[in-house]
Amino acid sequence: MTRRFLPLLTTTGVFVAGYLLCMAEFHNFATARVACNLLTDNAYLGITAVGMTFVILSGGIDLSVGSVIAFTTVFLAIAIGPLRIPPLMAFLIALAIGAAFGAAMGAVIHALGIPPFIVTLAGMFLARGASFLLSTESVPITHPLYAMLNDLSLPISGGRLGLIAIVMLLVFLAGGILAHRTRFGANVFALGGNPASARLMGVPVGRTLILIYMLSGGLAALSGIVFSLYTSAGYSLAATGTELDAIAAVVIGGVLLTGGYGYVFGSFVGILIQGLIQTFITFDGTLSSWWTKIAVGALLFSFIGVQRLFQVFWSGSGDVDTA
Amino acid sequence: MTNSPMARPSSRQSVSSPAAEGASMRMSPEAAPLRAAPGFLKRGSGPVPGRRFLPQIGGLGLVLLADWLVSPQFFALRLQDGRLFGSVIDVLNRGAPVTLLSLGMTLVIATGGIDLSVGAVIAISGAVAASLVNGGLPVPLTIIAALSAGILCGAWNGLLISVLRIQPIVATLTLMVAGRGIAQLITEGVIVTFVNPSLSEIADGSWFYLPAPVMLVLGMLAVTLVLVRATALGLMIEAVGVNRRASELAGIGARSIIFLVYVWSGLCAAVAGLVLTADIKGADANNAGLWLELDAILAVVIGGTSLLGGRFSVVMAVLGAWIIQAMNTGILLSGFPPEFNLIVKSVVVLVILVVQSPVLGGLNPRSLFCGRGR
Repeated sequence: MTRRFLPLLTTTGVFVAGYLLCMAEFHNFATARVACNLLTDNAYLGITAVGMTFVILSGGIDLSVGSVIAFTTVFLAIAIGPLRIPPLMAFLIALAIGAAFGAAMGAVIHALGIPPFIVTLAGMFLARGASFLLSTESVPITHPLYAMLNDLSLPISGGRLGLIAIVMLLVFLAGGILAHRTRFGANVFALGGNPASARLMGVPVGRTLILIYMLSGGLAALSGIVFSLYTSAGYSLAATGTELDAIAAVVIGGVLLTGGYGYVFGSFVGILIQGLIQTFITFDGTLSSWWTKIAVGALLFSFIGVQRLFQVFWSGSGDVDTA
Repeated sequence: MTNSPMARPSSRQSVSSPAAEGASMRMSPEAAPLRAAPGFLKRGSGPVPGRRFLPQIGGLGLVLLADWLVSPQFFALRLQDGRLFGSVIDVLNRGAPVTLLSLGMTLVIATGGIDLSVGAVIAISGAVAASLVNGGLPVPLTIIAALSAGILCGAWNGLLISVLRIQPIVATLTLMVAGRGIAQLITEGVIVTFVNPSLSEIADGSWFYLPAPVMLVLGMLAVTLVLVRATALGLMIEAVGVNRRASELAGIGARSIIFLVYVWSGLCAAVAGLVLTADIKGADANNAGLWLELDAILAVVIGGTSLLGGRFSVVMAVLGAWIIQAMNTGILLSGFPPEFNLIVKSVVVLVILVVQSPVLGGLNPRSLFCGRGR
C-alpha cells in the first residue's frame, strides 16, 4: 500500500518542503493571499492537466491542448464581441467545439492506428491555424458578465479564492472521482497498462479512446474559457507551450508517461510545484525568469529518475524496452 | 513500461511482418543498390525500390505543381553575384534548418526513440556561438565550441536513454524544458547580436553557386548517408528499432547505437543552430528554433519512417522537409495570409497519415496499439 503511494507521497513531500522553504525565506508565503493566488494563477493550467492526466494514464499524449485554449479564447472574444452571442451560450458552443475536436482526434487515432503523438500534433497545427484565421490580433472582451464573474470570489482570511480557482478545484475533484471511482476510469487504467489485455478483458478500446481525447479536448476548451476570464481577451498566440507545462506537471505528479499508473491528485501537486517555483522567483526579484525553466527541467529529471528507480526495484531488473 | 514486454512483440510484428518475406524488405531502398545490386537486374524478384516512396515523391510533385500554378516564375533561376537565385533555391535555403534536424531525427526515430530537445539545442548552440564570437574568440574555435555544445546535449540525452533507460520522450522533454533556460543563462537573458562577417557567411555566403546552408545540408546528408549506408550502422539502427532485445542477442551493441544516434541528432541540431544564428546575426534564446522539433518529426514521418522504429530513409526525410518548406513558400507566394500555413500543413499531415496508415495499408490492424505511440 505504501509502495503504491510512494511517488505521490514523494511529490507531495517535495511540495510541502518547498513551501516551507519559501516561507522561511519570505514570510508572506504564509498568508492566505499568496496561497489563493497560487491557485488562481494556475487555474487554466490545472484544468488542462486533468485532461492530460487521463490521456497520459491511457498511454497516449495530447499536444493540441495549448492550441485549443488559444482557439477558445479567440472564439469567445469574437462570439461575445462582434457576433453578440450571449456569453453563456458562447461558453457552451466553445465546450462543444473542444469536445468534438478531441473526439475527432480520438477517432482518427483509433480508426487509423496512428500514434497519438502525430495525430495531436496535426490537431495542434489545425487549432492554432483556425485561431489565426479568426483573428491574428488580441481581441479584448468587455462584456459586463466578465467583470462580474471576475469579481466572484470566496474570501479566505485576507485572501480571495477566485471563481476560476474554484472551477479548477472542482474539475480536479470530478477528475479524481472519474479516474479512480468509475468504470470509465478503470478502463483508462487498463488501456494504459496493456491495450492487448485490456481488449481481451472486454474494455471497449475504441469508445474509451474517443472519450479520453474528448474529455481532454473539452477540458482544454474549459481551460480556454477560464483563460479568457483571466486575461479578459482572446489572442491566437495565447498559451503556447501549455501542453508541455501540463505534461511536465503530470509527470512531476508521479503519473507514469507510459500509462497505467498515477493519480489525478498527483497532477494537482505537480501544478502547485510549478506555480511555487514561479511565485518564488517573482518574490525573489533578483532571479531571472529563465530559472523557472531550469528548475522545472531539473525537477522533471529528478522525478523521472525516481520513477525509474522504483521500476527497477519493483521489477527486479532494468530490462525494459526503451521505445 | 510494465506492460511493454507484453505489447511490444505483437506491435513489432506488424512493423516487421513484411520482413518475413525477405530480409532485404526491411532495408530501405537506399541500401538496396549497395547490398543487392544483382536483385536490381532480376526484375520481379524482391520489391521494386522506390515504390514504397511513391506517396512522398508524388506529394513533392503535387506541392511543386501547386507552387508553379500560383507563381509561374517558381522554377525560374538566375545567376547573380556568383550565386543562384530563385524560388526553388529559396525553398532549399529556408528549409535548411529543418532539413538538418530531420537528418538526426530520422536515425533517432529509426531506433524507436524521439528527440524533442533539438529546438532547445539550436538555442543553446546559437547562444554559445554568439556569446563566444562577441568575446573575441576566432570563428573556427567558435564553431567548434557551438558544435561541441550540441554534441554534449546529445550525449546527455543518449546517456539518459541508453544507459539509464529512460523513455526517449521523457528524457528529451527535460532538456527541451531546461535547454531554453540554459541558453538564456548563456546569453544572460538578452538577445545577443554580433557583427562578424565570417560567422554570418554560414547563412548568407555561397559555395559553388549555392547558398551556404544548402551546401551544409548536402554535406551533412552525404556524411549521414555514408555513415548509415556504406557501413553496417544503418542495418544495426534498424535492427535495434525493430527489436532491441533481439538485436542485443544478435551481438549488436544496442546501447552504443542508441547513444550515438542522439549524439548525431545533437550535432545536426547544433549545425542548424549555427545556420539560424548566422542568419539573424544574433542569438535569441527564447525563439531560436521554437517548434522546429515538431517540423523535423513531421518531415521524418512524411518521409515514411515509422514512429515505432525500424526501417528508415534519410533521403525521404529530407524530401519531407522540402515538402514542408515548399508548402510554406507556396502559401507565401500565393498571397494567402500566412495564417493558412498551419491549416494547410495539418491537412497535408492528415492526408499523408491516412495514406500511410497501417490499417488501410492492409497490414495487421494496429489500432489496438494506438495508445502506445510516442
